[in-house]
Amino acid sequence: MKPIKSLSEICLNKKAKVIDIKCNDDEKRRFLDLGIVKDTVIIPIFKSPFGTPTAYEIRKTIIAIRKENADKIEVTEI
Amino acid sequence: MGLTSKSTGTNLLDDNNFIKNSDYEFIVGLAGNPNVGKSTVFNALTGMHQHTGNWPGKTVGNAIGEYKYKDKKFLLVDIPGTYSLMSNSEEEEIAKDYICSGNSNVTVVVVDATSLERNLNLVFQIMNITKNVIVCVNLLDEAKKKGIHINFELLSELLGVPVVGITARKTRTLSRLTQTIDNVCSGKIISNPKHIKYSDNDDSNEIVAKILKKSEEICKKVCTYDKQNYNERDRKIDKILTSKFLGIPIMIAFLGIIFWLTIEGANYPSKLLSSMFSSIQVQLYKFFNWINAPDFVTGIFVDGMYQTLAWVISVMLPPMAIFFPLFTFLEDLGYLPRIAFNLDNCFKKCCASGKQALSMCMGFGCNAAGVVGCRIINSTREKLIAILTNAFVPCNGRFPLLITISTIFVGGLGIGFGASILSTITVLLVILLGIFMTFFISKILSKTVLKGFPSSFTLELPPYRRPQIGKILVRSIFDRALFVLGRAISVAAPTGIVIWLLANIGIHDISLLEYIANFFDPFAKLMGFDGYILTAFILGIPANEIVLPILLMCYLKSNTLVDLEDTMQIGTILVQNGWTFLTAVNVMIFTLLHFPCATTLLTIKKETNSKKWTFLAFIIPTICGVVLCMCTTLAYNVVKLFL
Repeated sequence: MKPIKSLSEICLNKKAKVIDIKCNDDEKRRFLDLGIVKDTVIIPIFKSPFGTPTAYEIRKTIIAIRKENADKIEVTEI
Repeated sequence: MGLTSKSTGTNLLDDNNFIKNSDYEFIVGLAGNPNVGKSTVFNALTGMHQHTGNWPGKTVGNAIGEYKYKDKKFLLVDIPGTYSLMSNSEEEEIAKDYICSGNSNVTVVVVDATSLERNLNLVFQIMNITKNVIVCVNLLDEAKKKGIHINFELLSELLGVPVVGITARKTRTLSRLTQTIDNVCSGKIISNPKHIKYSDNDDSNEIVAKILKKSEEICKKVCTYDKQNYNERDRKIDKILTSKFLGIPIMIAFLGIIFWLTIEGANYPSKLLSSMFSSIQVQLYKFFNWINAPDFVTGIFVDGMYQTLAWVISVMLPPMAIFFPLFTFLEDLGYLPRIAFNLDNCFKKCCASGKQALSMCMGFGCNAAGVVGCRIINSTREKLIAILTNAFVPCNGRFPLLITISTIFVGGLGIGFGASILSTITVLLVILLGIFMTFFISKILSKTVLKGFPSSFTLELPPYRRPQIGKILVRSIFDRALFVLGRAISVAAPTGIVIWLLANIGIHDISLLEYIANFFDPFAKLMGFDGYILTAFILGIPANEIVLPILLMCYLKSNTLVDLEDTMQIGTILVQNGWTFLTAVNVMIFTLLHFPCATTLLTIKKETNSKKWTFLAFIIPTICGVVLCMCTTLAYNVVKLFL
C-alpha cells in the first residue's frame, strides 16, 4: 500500500487514484460534477506560470484546480 | 462566433421570455455540458446567430429559436451548459428548472465525442427526470482527428435512448438529428431509458458515484482509441502558452499584435470613408443652398447631424471592425480559458475568482456583455467584484478613441513603421493599467464592502479548435457594422443636433455650450484638460463611441467646413484647441477610467438588482479616473516648476 498524499503533492505526469475527498458538501459536489469520485484516476499535466492552479487530466478532459482545493483530495500514486 | 448584436448592447436587457405562442407543434430542449457545441447546433438548426466561442459558460440564459422540418414547426430552447443537475450555480438552476418543468416534448442532450465518459453523467441525470431523451454526440470531426471511434448502436442499446452522431459545424450532418427529433416527437421511436439503480437512502453524492462508474463501463465498451497520445499536440501548445517564463509575455504579445493590426489596418478604410463623407457633405451644402434652406436648417442637419454621424462611422467603425474578428479568433481557438488559467493566482491574491479573467476578456468586446458573462462565477461575492470592475477594460466603443489619440500624440513622434509600434505600446500600457486597476480595486473591494475568502475554483480547459476564419470575418464585420451603424444613427444623430443647437444658441454672444464648458472648466483644469472634454464624456454616456465626435463638434463650433482627410487632421484641431501631451495622456486615462455607458449601467442594475451596486459601479471607476488624472497633472506641474 502506497502512502496517502494530497493531490497537490503529486508530481507532474504521475498517475494518482482518488481515495477520499475531504471537504464540505458544496465543494464535494463541484468535484463530483467534474467526474472526481473515489477510484478516479487523475494525472497532473501542467502548471500555471505562477505555480497554481494546476491542470489535471480527468476522464479525458483537462480541469484546472487551485492548490487549496487540490489539497483536499486524498490520493495514492499508482 | 464571438459577440453578435444579439449578445451585446441593449439587447441584453430583453428577457428571454418563453414564447407563449402555441403555434409550435413540438418544443425541443437542448441540454449538455458546457462547451460541447450546443449553441452551434442551435445556430445551425435555427439559422440564428447566438454567441458561440470555445470556452465553458458562454450561454448564460435560455435562448429560443425555431426551425421547420417536414412542414412542422419546432421550437428550440438552448439551455445553458451544465455539468450536473444537482449543484447550485445560477446557470445550473436555469437548466434544471427548464428540464424539470416538462415544457419540452423532447430533450436533446449534446455530448462531446472526445470526452464521452464525463458527459454521460448528465445524460443519466436527465434520463432520470424525463423519458424522451435523444443523445446527440457532437464534435465527431475532432474525435476522428484524435482517432476516437464510438459505436453508436451499442451506445444506444446500453442507454436505451436514440443516439445520433453529428458535427455541428457542418450543417448537413444535422439532418439525422432533425429526423430523429421528429421521430421521437411523433412517437415513431419510443425510448426506454435504462436508469441507474440506487436505493432510496443513497444521497446525491452516492448516486453520482454510481452514475460515473456506469459511464466508465459503458465507455470501455463503446469507445476505441487508435492512438494513446491523441492529445499530444494540445499538450505541447499548452506547455508553451502556460509556461513559467513565456506564459505571461505571450499573452501580452497576443494583445499587442491585435492592437497593432487594428491600428495599422484601420488607417486606410478610415481615410477612404472620411473623403467619401466629405464629398457627400459638399453635395449636401449645394442641395440645401439650392432649395434655399435657412442657415439654421443647414446647420442642424449638415453641420450637426450629418457631421457627427460621419465622424462616428469614419473614425470609430474601422478599428472596431478589425479588432472584433481578431478577438473572436482567439476566443474560438480556445485561448481565453488559458488566460484565466495563467492569471488565476493574481485573482486569488485579490480574493477573487479566476473566471473573472473570462468576463474581463468579454469586456473588451462590450462591457455590458462582460457584466452578463459574470454569471459563470459561482460565488455571489466574487461575481459582484467582477461586475464592479468590468468597466476597467476598455470596450470596443472606447478604444478607437485610445487608438486615435495615441496615433496622434505618441505615434506622431515616430516615423513610418515606428509610429504604429509606438502607438501600439501606448495602447498596451493603457490596457495594462486597466488590468492593474482591476486587480487593485478587486483587492480593495474584498477587504472592504465585499469581505470574504476565495471560493473553490475549477475551470475546464477545452481542446484547441481551429476557428472558421471565413465565417468569423463575414459575421463579425457584417454584424458589427450594422450594429454600430444602428447605434450611430439612434444616438449620434440626435446628439449631433443637440450639440449644434447648444453651440449656436446663446445669451449675450456666449453660446450655451460655452456656458456648460466654462462651468466644468475649473474642475477639468485640475484634471489636466478642459471643460469641453468633460462635457463630451458626460454627453457620451448613452454610447462611448460618440465622445470624440462630440468633442470635435464642440471645437468646430465656428461652423467652418473642415475636410478631415485623416487622423492627423483631427490632431491639428486638437492642438489648435490647446491640447498638449499631458492632455492626451489624461484623456487616455479618463477614457479607461470613467463611468460605464448607460447600457452597461442598466445591465448592472438588472444583474445585481440593486441601486447600491449600480451606483458603486458608476462611482468607483470615475473616482479612480479623476484622482489619477489629478495626480499626473500635479506631477507634471511640479516637475515643470523645478525644470
